[in-house]
Amino acid sequence: MLEALLLMLALGSVSGVLLGIASKVFYVWEDPRIALVTDCLAGANCGGCGYTGCGACAAAIVAGQADVGACIVAGAGGAAKVAAVLGLEAGAAEPLTSQNTCTGGFRAPEKFSYMGVNDCRAAYLLYAGAKDCAVGCLGFGSCVKACLFGALEIGPEGFPVVDAEKCVGCGACEKACPKGIMQVTKPSDRILHMNLVDDRLAPCRQTCPAEINIPKYIHHIKNKEYDQAYLTIMERNPLPLSTGRVCPHPCEDACRRALADDPVSINQLKRFCSDWVFDNAAQVKIPVAPDTGYKVAIVGGGPSGLTAAYFLRRLGHQVKIFEWLPEFGGMIYYGIPEYRLPKAILGKDVKRILDLGGIDVKTGVKFGVDFDLESLVGGGFDAVLMTIGAMNHASARIPDEDKVKGVIPATTYLRRQGLGDPMPIGKKVGVIGGGNVAMDCLRSSIRLGAEKVYCLYRRTIKEMPANQVEIEACKHEGIEFVTLCTPTKFLTDDEGNLTGIEYLKNELGEPDASGRRSPVAVKGSETVIEIDNFILAIGQTTDSAFADEEGTAVSRLETKWGAIMNDPDTHQTAIPYVFTSGDCAGPPGLLVAAIGAGRRAARGIHKYLMGEDMAMPENRLRVDPRRMSGHIPGTMFKSIEGIEKKGRIEQPELEPGTYERQHTYAEVDLTVTEEEALKEANRCMHCCLTCYDKDA
Amino acid sequence: MGDYILLAVGAILVNNILLIQYLGNCPFLGTSKSMDNATGMAMAVVFVLAMAGIVTWIMEAVFLKPLGLEYIRTIVFIVVIAALVQFVEIFMKKSMPALYAGLGIFLPLITTNCAVMGVCLINIKEEYNFLEMLVSSLAYPAGFGLALILFAGLRERIIIGRVPGPLQDVSIALVTAGFMSLSFLGFKGMI
Repeated sequence: MLEALLLMLALGSVSGVLLGIASKVFYVWEDPRIALVTDCLAGANCGGCGYTGCGACAAAIVAGQADVGACIVAGAGGAAKVAAVLGLEAGAAEPLTSQNTCTGGFRAPEKFSYMGVNDCRAAYLLYAGAKDCAVGCLGFGSCVKACLFGALEIGPEGFPVVDAEKCVGCGACEKACPKGIMQVTKPSDRILHMNLVDDRLAPCRQTCPAEINIPKYIHHIKNKEYDQAYLTIMERNPLPLSTGRVCPHPCEDACRRALADDPVSINQLKRFCSDWVFDNAAQVKIPVAPDTGYKVAIVGGGPSGLTAAYFLRRLGHQVKIFEWLPEFGGMIYYGIPEYRLPKAILGKDVKRILDLGGIDVKTGVKFGVDFDLESLVGGGFDAVLMTIGAMNHASARIPDEDKVKGVIPATTYLRRQGLGDPMPIGKKVGVIGGGNVAMDCLRSSIRLGAEKVYCLYRRTIKEMPANQVEIEACKHEGIEFVTLCTPTKFLTDDEGNLTGIEYLKNELGEPDASGRRSPVAVKGSETVIEIDNFILAIGQTTDSAFADEEGTAVSRLETKWGAIMNDPDTHQTAIPYVFTSGDCAGPPGLLVAAIGAGRRAARGIHKYLMGEDMAMPENRLRVDPRRMSGHIPGTMFKSIEGIEKKGRIEQPELEPGTYERQHTYAEVDLTVTEEEALKEANRCMHCCLTCYDKDA
Repeated sequence: MGDYILLAVGAILVNNILLIQYLGNCPFLGTSKSMDNATGMAMAVVFVLAMAGIVTWIMEAVFLKPLGLEYIRTIVFIVVIAALVQFVEIFMKKSMPALYAGLGIFLPLITTNCAVMGVCLINIKEEYNFLEMLVSSLAYPAGFGLALILFAGLRERIIIGRVPGPLQDVSIALVTAGFMSLSFLGFKGMI
């Protein structure tokens, strides 16, 4: 008995001493916080977090590779404790959620009849499944079986539906899906995601320059979930009230319904749900990522700058916007007149962005005058985004256009109006140009009291780049179109005041690079029209004169015809920490394109700041909305059959000819009623890549 | 030489520690859901058993038998194996971080693996000499690994099969283990 006791005693002592010595001799330093964090976790070693055991998970959390809420079992309470150990804010952690990206379901045609095991992974082994669509959901619900939380089910339409309340973002469904349809992402991942060739995208969604998930928000409208529809738009476009009013909607040109019927009036639906959210003061919560500690300066508070500020803030960066003019909105505030986009409406969009918190603003300061790159870097900014727009006008190359009194650049004309101090004009006004800016000048002139307003354009109305609805509205308001003309000379009185303009008539020649037939002036066809004012609306350029000054940091920027050159994918300029987007980065374009560019610039800056690979994925989808090219092969159909023609809803507008329409700045286009919006939303065929509702 | 081969084949197939002796069922069910985990566990068991076999055999030969203390063998082996696994873990973390990361969570789990204890006790009961003990301490865990990996392969396929609701997961796994056990019984005639 004694021997036994002694042996056990000796064994215990030797083991204890050996282990004690070993832990000293083989000591490996590790962050003491790892042990503290391990104590906060569930301690079940379940592996639900994706790491081998709680220790590995704690090490990943401390190293910053995993989220403070990585431990699913410990839940929110555990996350709060972990956050306390690490000195982070737990509430700020971004939630991971699972999303289904295919809406084909039962609509997807089958290649063959599959009779095997009822499981996606088994079905996938046979020619990648029976569905005709190569990337479509097979519908056997392997993801549903994999979900431990009961957050997934195969919905009535044959594709999985996620219950956001129950989903914890564990990623089991993503691993179980053989087709990569289930994707577990954080809000930041979704912001940074660009359309890819192998995504499941409807034609409208491929075409939208801002990559808005159009079928999803229309589906929400159909279900009367207007706030959800608004939030869906806000994932890609932080200015939905404004876009809903002025966007020329290239998406509608790609609408599949147009092949058998009229396209869905997508933009009116966007306007409807955004208006509904603000009119009903609906509470919307926009998630913001935890602070990264980086500061970004945005020079210019126009659409692109505001968009970039919004997305950079949502990615966790501190942002400060420097604006030259008193109000935010840039060209859409100072360029688009009140009757198309009321300032108060734009103000609501801007307020929503600034309400995110963490976005500082400073107005009344001009780049190159009040501050420059050196002062921004000195002020602690880690990156600078230049979105200074294109506020200078392009020349019409008519002699003396700078000298003659009464000749006004469109940018000045519209800006003065925006500032509430319109320029005095005469009774007869001529505007040269065929774009939307020209249309704005024409229609503003009517409202400023002009009796006769002419639109001079070198080609025909068919070739005008302006929105068709704008051209129609001009005709309704009594504007005269003088097409196929090239102004050559200003006529003035003795004091140098404009009295008329002489022009040559044009003929259309061979198509040029843009595919439009170029005008050729006919000799001896001089004609004169009498006008008091002449507005130049043939394009804008960027005032980038500051880049020519030698010896400053900003002189390293490369410019071309005033535009500040950048990499079109990352938006980075020749100076690594300087980015540009919007009108100042290359030919001035649509509001929605500036919004898309703002998000790409935010992505570029984020990747630059975080030291990640900035290049766009190779399989990025590049669609040219103007030429309607570059879509995913096989998604642009030539015809569709069996669609019942329903006709799209009309655009409600102020009655032409009324006092309100002709002489006030009251908004001309109106928002559709809820009934009309629902009717239109029900026309949407809810297209996926190749599937669509044949009975919509 | 022939005896040793016979001993090894016997330990791996005929007297398979998992399927015939029914030891170590906890990791057998717990870590057999995926092939990666099963492989990691199998490696860790081979590693630990080889060391535990040697140490316990020496303990028996040097202390327990000469002192006539065979009756506290079980408790002594438990202490020795637990201390050994802890020591190996500390040592590997410092000297072989790559292997440590690979075996990860499985190493401490083996502390409570009864297959390890079982093999150590078999070594003593069968009165193996040192060399026989070494072969048996490598062959038994090899059999453990074989059964575990085969089982993991089956379970990965069962997941996508049509299993009636009440039988899903562990139930079907136990039924499968039973069938595997039956088929391994067929090796009985080999020796």
